Amino acid sequence: MITKITTPVEVAAIISLLLIFMALVLTFIRMILGPSLPDKIVALDLIAMLVVGIIISYVALSKQIVYLNAIVLLALIAFLGTVAFARYLEKRIL
Amino acid sequence: MIIEWITAVLLVLGAFFMFLAGLGILRFPDVFTRMHAATKASSFGAGLMLIATIAYFQQFFILIESLLVIIFIFFTAPVASHMLGRAAYLLRVPIWSGTIIDQLQEKYNLHTHQLASEKKTINMEISAKDLKVKIIKKQKK
Repeated sequence: MITKITTPVEVAAIISLLLIFMALVLTFIRMILGPSLPDKIVALDLIAMLVVGIIISYVALSKQIVYLNAIVLLALIAFLGTVAFARYLEKRIL
Repeated sequence: MIIEWITAVLLVLGAFFMFLAGLGILRFPDVFTRMHAATKASSFGAGLMLIATIAYFQQFFILIESLLVIIFIFFTAPVASHMLGRAAYLLRVPIWSGTIIDQLQEKYNLHTHQLASEKKTINMEISAKDLKVKIIKKQKK
């Protein structure tokens, strides 16, 4: 648990969490509105990158370095998902 | 102490670039410009934040893992967005009305999805000739 926020790294982590949450809200709006399917896939790809940023901010806030392992898997899965979506869009076959 | 300040500045800078990516994906008028905002700004922001973790914790394990993730992101983000942009162009997703030049115009063979360096008309003639040759061969058989 975080009781006091004193060091500059913790303040910076809180600020970056707020910024990334605002970006997440904007990206969600685009993912819902998106006029075409590629728009929604671009938004989905960006959401994975923003979650990577959230995890890094949380690691800097709580000093639990174990969570850094999740970033590798998240980046890999986001790449594979985007490539699969793009291939499906182009050929209509997976 | 100075390392903490460097970490704080890098964290906020990376998060600011990610916020710019979110702003760009909402405000830009077109799939391709949205992709331009989303891919580059978000991978740059993630790279800055990973460099911040390297500077903050100063362990060998974190150095290796963060460098691995940075290299992975900077290799895969262009590939993924290129595939997505090609698919969007072939799907005829509408381009912004203020676009001045479309350099891929009439250069894609829409049947085979191949990109030619000349205009599509020549390309289509060649493909029509190929089709005729194939039909003639089939008739001979």
